[in-house]
Amino acid sequence: MIAVLDYGGGNVGSVLKAVEYLGKSAQKVDQPAALTAAEKIIFPGQGHFGAMMKGLEERSLLAPLREALAAGKPFLGICLGLQALFESSEEAPGVAGLGILPGRVARFQGVFKVPHIGWSQIEFRAKSQLLRGVPDGSFVYFCHSYYGPITPEACAVTEYGQTFSAGVENKNIWAVQFHPEKSGEVGLKVLSNFLSF
Amino acid sequence: MFAKRIIPCLDCKNGRVVKGIHFVNLRDAGDPGELAEMYNREGADELVMLDISASREGRATLMETVRRVARRLFIPLTVGGGVRTFEDAQRLLSTGADKVAVNTAAVESPNLISEIAENYGRQAIVVAIDARRRRESGMASQAALTDGTPPPRQRGAAAQWEVVTYGGTKPTGLDALDWARRVEESGAGEILLTSMDTDGTQAGFDCELTAALACALHIPVIASGGAGNAQHFVEVFRRGCADAALAASIFHYETHTIRSLKEHLRAHGVPVRI
Repeated sequence: MIAVLDYGGGNVGSVLKAVEYLGKSAQKVDQPAALTAAEKIIFPGQGHFGAMMKGLEERSLLAPLREALAAGKPFLGICLGLQALFESSEEAPGVAGLGILPGRVARFQGVFKVPHIGWSQIEFRAKSQLLRGVPDGSFVYFCHSYYGPITPEACAVTEYGQTFSAGVENKNIWAVQFHPEKSGEVGLKVLSNFLSF
Repeated sequence: MFAKRIIPCLDCKNGRVVKGIHFVNLRDAGDPGELAEMYNREGADELVMLDISASREGRATLMETVRRVARRLFIPLTVGGGVRTFEDAQRLLSTGADKVAVNTAAVESPNLISEIAENYGRQAIVVAIDARRRRESGMASQAALTDGTPPPRQRGAAAQWEVVTYGGTKPTGLDALDWARRVEESGAGEILLTSMDTDGTQAGFDCELTAALACALHIPVIASGGAGNAQHFVEVFRRGCADAALAASIFHYETHTIRSLKEHLRAHGVPVRI
């Protein structure tokens, strides 16, 4: 079973729909036992960093999530699900993230419009399974006001005023800042890469 | 590269897409699901569905239509038309819409914007603003709009636009720019800006109006009203500083495919996703 994590925010519905369209069955999960039982975990996006961490804790999902990540269970973070992997975020000072990736999520600054809503190109930094079959320079759909810095795990980056991590891959832990469930054919390819991982 | 978005709009009535000018002489333009898939294949960046059914039955059909369209669509979907309450928005967002567009209700109960933004995030709320040029600030002549030069103004008087509601029939007294700033503050994620002066004319977008809002706001502005040819899109992105452009009839009548429009834009230096 593929678990789509429901922590009280997030666009669970559209991720479920995309997974089902690709012929796999997924389930909305908000219980620790179901999370532990899942073969794969998708952590969908949208919402507030602080509310997300609190939502995970309140549902007792934080500990089983950490265990699953450490045990090598396939994980795909989307948007806020990528940001959750970092140590902290400017969006919620004092709230600890999962700390899998080093650094702090920051807010876009400067002349560009925030949120960054729309289609931007991804630029590959490293070969990855996440983006297998996706052409370098593909446009994908973003919708976010905060971004994760570039770490050695970044397999793709995007430039929007700042250059940030658009895709990361570290063994079983994959994440994208964009929305694969809203990025047309390219997005579906990313999801199917994860589903066949 | 960050792309300018091209957004086809499906005006829906009783579960069918209709086309017409200013909501009169409506003709059937097809099935929403089929048109959505076609636009998706052609490279639309998003899709907007506006419900223009006046009846309760029509609205019930809308939910079924949204569900059907959303099931096979993997680009963002905005649904609007007749969203009056938080519950209306909630229903649409849980049925498959990624964003809701709120127009008249936002003017009549501004709390609706913050309520949706707080519960679903600001990316889920698009505030639709229908604006009409105030007479005393200089009426736009169609000729001026068509050849791309800004419409004449009275000396010293900056152009002003008034927010109108109920499909343009009710003036509100609100200044469009002031109103746009207020809705941005309340939590709107984007503005869908329709010029009631150019809407339906196919004589070009109102670039002056679009630029007035797009330059002053920190959230994206989607320009709407007046698209007649590909060059109009070049102008609204260049002079109007629009972040996205929406059109209906230019695509329904198949005078332009999204693909050919995007090729024209790219040839004129406008960044697009092809």
